[in-house]
Amino acid sequence: MSGAKMVVQALIDQGVDTVFGYPGGAVLPIYDEIFLQNSIKHFLVRHEQGAVHAAEAYARSTGKPGVVLVTSGPGATNAVTGLTDALMDSIPLVVLTGQVPTFMIGSDAFQEADTVGITRPCTKHNWLVKDTDALAHTLHSAFHVACSGRPGPVLVDIPKDVQFANGTYEGPAKMKSHYQPQLKGDLDAITALVAVMETAEKPVFYTGGGVINSGPIASQLLRELVEATNFPITSTLMGLGSYPGNGANWLGMLGMHGLYEANMAMHDCDLMINIGARFDDRITGRLDAFSPRSIKAHIDIDASSINKVIHVDIPILGDVAHVLEDMLKVWKARGRKTNSKALKTWWAEIDGWRKIRCLDYAADSKVIKPQYALERLEALTKDHDRYITTEVGQHQMWAAQYMTFNDPNRWMTSGGLGTMGYGVPASIGAQVAHPSSLVINVAGEASWLMNMQEMGTAVQYCLPVKQFILNNERLGMVRQWQELLHGERYSQSWSESLPDFVKLAEAFGAKGILCSDPADLDEAIMEMLAYDGPVIFDCLVEKHENCFPMIPSGKAHNEMLLGNAAMKGAIDASGSVLV
Amino acid sequence: MNALNITKGTSSKSAYNLRSGHADLNERHTLAVLVANEPGVLARVIGLFSGRGYNIESLTVAEVDHEGHTSRITIVTSGTPQIIEQIKAQLGRIIPVYDVHDLTVEGPSVERELSLFKVSGKGEKRVEALRLADVFRANVVDSTLDSFTFEVVGSPEKIDAFADLMRPLGLSEMARTGVAALSRG
Repeated sequence: MSGAKMVVQALIDQGVDTVFGYPGGAVLPIYDEIFLQNSIKHFLVRHEQGAVHAAEAYARSTGKPGVVLVTSGPGATNAVTGLTDALMDSIPLVVLTGQVPTFMIGSDAFQEADTVGITRPCTKHNWLVKDTDALAHTLHSAFHVACSGRPGPVLVDIPKDVQFANGTYEGPAKMKSHYQPQLKGDLDAITALVAVMETAEKPVFYTGGGVINSGPIASQLLRELVEATNFPITSTLMGLGSYPGNGANWLGMLGMHGLYEANMAMHDCDLMINIGARFDDRITGRLDAFSPRSIKAHIDIDASSINKVIHVDIPILGDVAHVLEDMLKVWKARGRKTNSKALKTWWAEIDGWRKIRCLDYAADSKVIKPQYALERLEALTKDHDRYITTEVGQHQMWAAQYMTFNDPNRWMTSGGLGTMGYGVPASIGAQVAHPSSLVINVAGEASWLMNMQEMGTAVQYCLPVKQFILNNERLGMVRQWQELLHGERYSQSWSESLPDFVKLAEAFGAKGILCSDPADLDEAIMEMLAYDGPVIFDCLVEKHENCFPMIPSGKAHNEMLLGNAAMKGAIDASGSVLV
Repeated sequence: MNALNITKGTSSKSAYNLRSGHADLNERHTLAVLVANEPGVLARVIGLFSGRGYNIESLTVAEVDHEGHTSRITIVTSGTPQIIEQIKAQLGRIIPVYDVHDLTVEGPSVERELSLFKVSGKGEKRVEALRLADVFRANVVDSTLDSFTFEVVGSPEKIDAFADLMRPLGLSEMARTGVAALSRG
């Protein structure tokens, strides 16, 4: 079998039916094999970065690995941002790149780049295959590594002569790997955690993307545990949906733009149970003031996440679903105890924080407030079978704050890397995976422009993605920081010479909708939802709205700025060096 | 809270008090990393150290099991106890890494380094260099009428000491292999 045919056969044997990619000289043999079969559907993007983000959203919304096929040189380098994004957010991807023939490697051949060298720090693992006989085993290993343990992107670089040459194919069953991450948590540590849970007066669950990566059972077990213990629960941006946003114990998202009650609970708790989150700097704020009185437990499948930033008292290495299952078993076996009297007081305290109503904003009858736009979008779409993607910036935080996620795998956003330009291709990947569902990309106009070429992909494949652009003609988050930190000197943070988005939509063959009056908003959103095809919705919003609550850089969780707070001097000199 | 003997309401078990005190003290650790001998594995290890800002004091690598395609990388590094733990966890995360041993904490170990010294000189200095080499049990592996090349094997400290003695006697060039280490017993 030729190497090129092996690639297609390995994908089929791994259960792959969807590939995002872009052809070029060094992958032509594989594209030829794709032409000759019908099992795998290939989606032609407009830029390789788009292929990787689309595959990320496909993976996140299905739980299956995303697969990308691109050419050598620029094809590979264009994929680097997406690979880094997937590494930061632990998204399983298998990226296949073409390479110049083995005998030309190192000669600065046309479209040659040291792809494994360039992508070594931004993949979980990568391989250069120099022998067709090793190709099948490498491809199956790639899927195993991408999906096992903490998921992540992997890359297989395949020189053109290896694609042409014949070799022996072997199926996935023969694949052997020493890489077998531990799934079960240590039972003594789990018992220690349960014992602390039984007496804790102010406990809080702090959950992250690891719950979603662990699979739907993990979310189910988490819900069971929260209901059984009546502990409050908050989540990172990446973990939204693992516990329902309309659930009784839900505090809302935590972190830099998290809810007041969530951050205060984190600061004041006496027991913090981190489930599949990683104490990111957007979460912790000032490290030496982070939750000073709590015992901290951390459940994570990646040993290097534990004690990396925050020292924890009860580390539990293992898969979230496996550990939660054991936690529930141990807790039940020990008599289902909690400190219910203290919990009642704790909930009363939390209810006091909730009364602050930290998401309140000044309504306006003439200008659309971005928060209002998202409240209406939420109200009009919450009963749909809905997937939300975002770009990066203020709109992303507002979407996380004002929209409700009741199920896992419904929320696709670039968390760790903060990649502007993620949302448009991500909406395409999610729509490909769920053709009959409603997919909305909540965007800012500046981010949206970064990968807008993918509208061509949406139109080509009749993917009815809705691009909901909160257009403030600003790089809103940059503008907000310049207002807070840089004396209101708005250096390069406005969007000059914006396109007419309605005409742009029409030029792509999509539908364009413009809305600038709050009174027209509901009707315009309904028009967007009713249209059976891709839509660019240009929602002109208040230009100078800031995103609150906010923990300024260098401050602690209990030093949040609320919407009506005085802004000047909120961040001191030591905080301004942080990002 | 008695399961762990953690006193509730104090911050003695929380993150930040644990870091203060000894946290600023750098420790020197010798790590033995067993890896699959495949292309790029050394680059992965070195890239990890440079990418995350860890120190490498010395690094040696060679295949130790030809049939099993296994190489052994010996790294001498330094950092706070938390950084050392993090280095080990990050190394363990590299897919072709089979095992990471911290020889500094896993019981007694032996460390040896091989070095070559070229010492040029005439007359009394030349005689003195040869006499000191004998004290250090150095071998003469090359000699000309106006130079010796010595081979010294020992701990890094012994090699440092030998270099200090040779410098005034005409040390013109030296090469060191870095530390190779094994646990005792």
